[in-house]
Amino acid sequence: MHLRELSTLLDCEVVWGHDLLDRREVKTCFAADLMSDVLAFSEPGALLITGLASLQSVHAADVADLTGILYVGGKRPAEQVLGLARQRAIPLLTTRHSMFDVCAILREAGLKPGCKD
Amino acid sequence: MREPEILYVERFRILHNDYEHGGDAAAAIKSILKELGIPQEEIRRLSIANFEAEMNVIMYAEEAEMELQVLADAVCIVLTDRGQGIPDIELAMTPGYSTATPAMRERGFGAGLGLPNIKKNVDRFEIKSAVGVGTTLRYSISLKHTPRTGEA
Repeated sequence: MHLRELSTLLDCEVVWGHDLLDRREVKTCFAADLMSDVLAFSEPGALLITGLASLQSVHAADVADLTGILYVGGKRPAEQVLGLARQRAIPLLTTRHSMFDVCAILREAGLKPGCKD
Repeated sequence: MREPEILYVERFRILHNDYEHGGDAAAAIKSILKELGIPQEEIRRLSIANFEAEMNVIMYAEEAEMELQVLADAVCIVLTDRGQGIPDIELAMTPGYSTATPAMRERGFGAGLGLPNIKKNVDRFEIKSAVGVGTTLRYSISLKHTPRTGEA
């Protein structure tokens, strides 16, 4: 599904990247608060689902070629994080849903794990 | 043996505790490699290794220089840091082993996956360390095609 559809499904606020919502398609997701796990196990093109709204979340998504970041539990990244996301063209969304609910809803909607062995 | 010809070189300075810029060197190198037409999958592997290595310096060393060397058949990184060094490299290479502080873990690092993940993503990996002096990492990815450095 496209990010716009995902955004509606999870009542997201789009923090940055409105223009990319119809262009970025999400087929797989990787959920973690540990950026070490993202770097070690995520697959390219996955959507990062995380509760860690730091600069490092954007860097991790960038180096691992992830398609965007969805912050859970109402986390909202600081202005500086948003600036980096703009620079690296990584859309940022935030939802009030918990990590568990987000994963369950997206799995139900047909998305697959974007995770290496 | 003749030293391989370096087609492109650039150096980046990394400082202890500089979390604000953690990832900048990896991002800059990624942009350079894109310009040079290196395949995306190779860029991804090297970028992941670079980001891990950069965060290691920020978390554990005093300062470091990360040198990017683009050769005809490989992209090499030489990361030389000044710092505490690693007393037991074998232990440090064990997935899950970590000496991270809560501050490091708050930022999503310190899971004990850094060095093993660097090694996993590159084609050649070498580590030397002297306690109280520092650590040098050399790693590289192999290239099937010569980068287009002339045009860059």
